[in-house]
Amino acid sequence: MDTAPTSADAPRAPGDGPHAPGGATSGRADPEHATGGAAQPADLAVLRRLRSAKDLMDRSWSEPLDLDAVAAQAGYSRFHFVRRFRDAYGETPGQYLARRRIERAQELLRSVNLTVTEICMLVGFTSLGTFCTRFKRQVGMTPTEFRSSARRAAPAAIPGCFVLFWAGGFQAD
Amino acid sequence: MITGLGLATVWVLDQDSAKEFFTEKLGLELRNDMTLGEGGMRWVTVGAKDQPELDLTLMVPGPPTLDPESAEQLKALIAKGVLGAGAFTTDDCVAEHRALAARGVEFIHEPQRRPYGIEAIFRDDSGNWYSLTQPFETLDESAGWGDVPGGSEG
Repeated sequence: MDTAPTSADAPRAPGDGPHAPGGATSGRADPEHATGGAAQPADLAVLRRLRSAKDLMDRSWSEPLDLDAVAAQAGYSRFHFVRRFRDAYGETPGQYLARRRIERAQELLRSVNLTVTEICMLVGFTSLGTFCTRFKRQVGMTPTEFRSSARRAAPAAIPGCFVLFWAGGFQAD
Repeated sequence: MITGLGLATVWVLDQDSAKEFFTEKLGLELRNDMTLGEGGMRWVTVGAKDQPELDLTLMVPGPPTLDPESAEQLKALIAKGVLGAGAFTTDDCVAEHRALAARGVEFIHEPQRRPYGIEAIFRDDSGNWYSLTQPFETLDESAGWGDVPGGSEG
């Protein structure tokens, strides 16, 4: 895959990574000229690049992704990437990645016999304190409380793909 | 009495590119590529060889079906990648994933075991996402409904 020119620690994404966004044009083309507002085809090219960065986070959620590398995937500087991503998806890339990691942690707590610390590391957090704080803020209870309550209830019969994308598409807050 | 589903719409950003993706990358067969009347709408349909009764019509959002504003909104949703357009079935998800990835199909999730089957998730060239599932005959409740550890991403 393309490596991030702005960062020494590019993401270790499996496989080839997303295609160069924008089809024939380079994904590193100056994005600021492509976001002029009303020009629809340019907007779609921008959205494709943002999608590519979002998919990178979905593929590599357990790895120590840094924002510069994700931004480079979309062909943006960090500053512009955060703004454009939030405009498109309603939350910043950092919020998105943390939210997806917490959601994965919920799945693991529900289904797998690992300690909270192990799950915290598995989903890509490096600090147990940060993980537990974010978990409680997002889920409304601690990881341990969540595990106890989830295992008392039967799992809902929702296909994983819908769980995945219902969580990934839209956040109503 | 309804006897089945014969046609489903897949909204795409470009019919030529989508036609190439669905036939050459996914390996579906081309059923139709014609213009409906002089200067009319282009009608492109594809389908799986083993399912002749279902056509997918590859449509670009726009008139006469959609007003321009709605069309642009729909195109933006497609490009953002938030729309799911269906679930394909396969008799071997792992092998099909390998074959499709080798042809350049972009996967978001590699094959994972779910209660209802082995499932991978990919995108088409426009940005729509699809499930690729090898269904089980009976539910395997021991498999997680969501993401599992040590999966192919780990």
